[in-house]
Amino acid sequence: MATLKSSLGLRAGLLSLLIFAAIVGIWQIATMPVAATGPAMDPEYAKLVGAAAATGSKSAMPTPADIGATIWKHLVDPFYVRGSNDKGIGIQLAYSLGRVLLGFGLAALFAIPLGFLIGMSPLVYRALDPFIQILKPVSPLAWMPLALYTIKDSAISSIFVIFICSVWPMLINTAFGVGSVRKEWLNVARTLEVGPFRTAFKVILPAAAPTIMTGMRISVGIAWLVIVAAEMLVGGTGIGYFVWNEWNNLSIANIVTAILLIGLVGLLLDQGLAWAAKLVTYPE
Amino acid sequence: MDHRPLISVEGLGRRFGDSSQPAVFEDIWFGVDKGEFCCLIGHSGCGKTTILNVLAGLDSPSEGAVIVDNREIDGPSLDRAVIFQGHALLPWLTVMGNIAFAVSSRWPSWDKAKVQDHARRFIELVGLKGAENKRPAQLSGGMKQRVGIARALSIQPKMLLMDEPFSALDALTRGMLQDEVLRICADTNQTVFMITHDVDEAILLADKIVLMTNGPGAKIAEIVVNTMPRNERHRNDLHKHPQYYAIRNHLVEFLVNRSRAFDQEIAGKNYDPRRLKLVKPGLAAVNPPAEVVPLRHSN
Repeated sequence: MATLKSSLGLRAGLLSLLIFAAIVGIWQIATMPVAATGPAMDPEYAKLVGAAAATGSKSAMPTPADIGATIWKHLVDPFYVRGSNDKGIGIQLAYSLGRVLLGFGLAALFAIPLGFLIGMSPLVYRALDPFIQILKPVSPLAWMPLALYTIKDSAISSIFVIFICSVWPMLINTAFGVGSVRKEWLNVARTLEVGPFRTAFKVILPAAAPTIMTGMRISVGIAWLVIVAAEMLVGGTGIGYFVWNEWNNLSIANIVTAILLIGLVGLLLDQGLAWAAKLVTYPE
Repeated sequence: MDHRPLISVEGLGRRFGDSSQPAVFEDIWFGVDKGEFCCLIGHSGCGKTTILNVLAGLDSPSEGAVIVDNREIDGPSLDRAVIFQGHALLPWLTVMGNIAFAVSSRWPSWDKAKVQDHARRFIELVGLKGAENKRPAQLSGGMKQRVGIARALSIQPKMLLMDEPFSALDALTRGMLQDEVLRICADTNQTVFMITHDVDEAILLADKIVLMTNGPGAKIAEIVVNTMPRNERHRNDLHKHPQYYAIRNHLVEFLVNRSRAFDQEIAGKNYDPRRLKLVKPGLAAVNPPAEVVPLRHSN
């Protein structure tokens, strides 16, 4: 069984490498410089994409080797600051991560206690359900103008947008987890004359913890999706702003680097919460 | 003499929904004396578990009351420990954690070392020494139920309430646990109220067997006194005891026929739910049965 499993892992790894090589190969061929025999180019476009592309010898699309070089350049010096529009990618990621963690943390502080209340009280559940159902499907970016108008600070507004998109999965999962704690566990607490606070912390919280953690994992994933778009809107700092800025610079290599790093950070956030969820999961 | 048993069930009735619905059971009267092992036997759906839940304080009756120690119960109490049918262990805690949770609920001022020492005594009592740090998922069904028993005993309650505690176990494990419960109850002179539908289990464990008819409108038909002394009840040769088959046949006859047709049986006769027949089928060959003994003597 073990050998079968490891051989499956090995074969999957080989297949992954093969797919990667194929993508890079096709990309390399597609972006190879071609002889300058193409039709005459619109001079406006030529001006936009730069001299190399205008002569037709090179596309604005970087080759895999260019990307590799760009990634390397960013990795060896991720935290440089050369003016407000030219900061290292590490700094930009740190800004985004900080906003996500702040907005997400505030949302957790708000959503988990409220979810507890909703889960414990059918009355509160029914009373709040219409609000949740209407607000949950709203794109968090739709809140941005309202946030900018009321808060009058773009940095705090983006944190608010992260807050509002992180709240729903945590709220709903906490309420569901708390509401579906097995009756017999609650009866154990009742027959032992355990007070409401001790029951909440010693019985309901551990029982609902896996469901709550699932909600947190969904929330942090959504928050990381939303921060890029939010920073594109508000500008200034952050990885979303970085992507938009590099689009204005038409530096595709930098954009691809950012995409890969956004994916990597998202993976780390998800795995971090998956690991935390494992700590509170119990087998029945 | 105003003698009231430790547990006195007085005129208990329970209906679900409004008063137009038929009662699951009504006018239930019986008592359990201190140190007595009392089994309630009846078919599924007659409300046995509801009666136990009322005794535990987890459910409230529609009519009547339960008096324990001369006080009407109005909620759960640490004096009445419950052993649940599905063991109801908290799966995120270890064996020690589960029992320590109960112990520290009973004695909130105890420090951790004292709680654990106390819990360890009861883990040893049920024969789970060495399994303290296991989680319920790592235990067999019988071991889980032992933890449930240890948890109930560890709070040193005035009485144990058991809801078909062994019904989910295989026959061998069930037998071993029955023996242990018998031993522990004898050692600690514990008062026990247990629900079962297993006739042999009732004969092995109970001093008194309360027979409940089928619902809706279930009643207590009569109370069978187990005239086999405790020290003569051994699981392996129970069937060799001279009284065994008389008691067993009486119980089986009740479950098979009389529990269904009890209303016809008492039609025209003076059945008084407050003055139930105490029957001793085990002595039937020796003494004439069916003496009427009042449950309570009022002044």
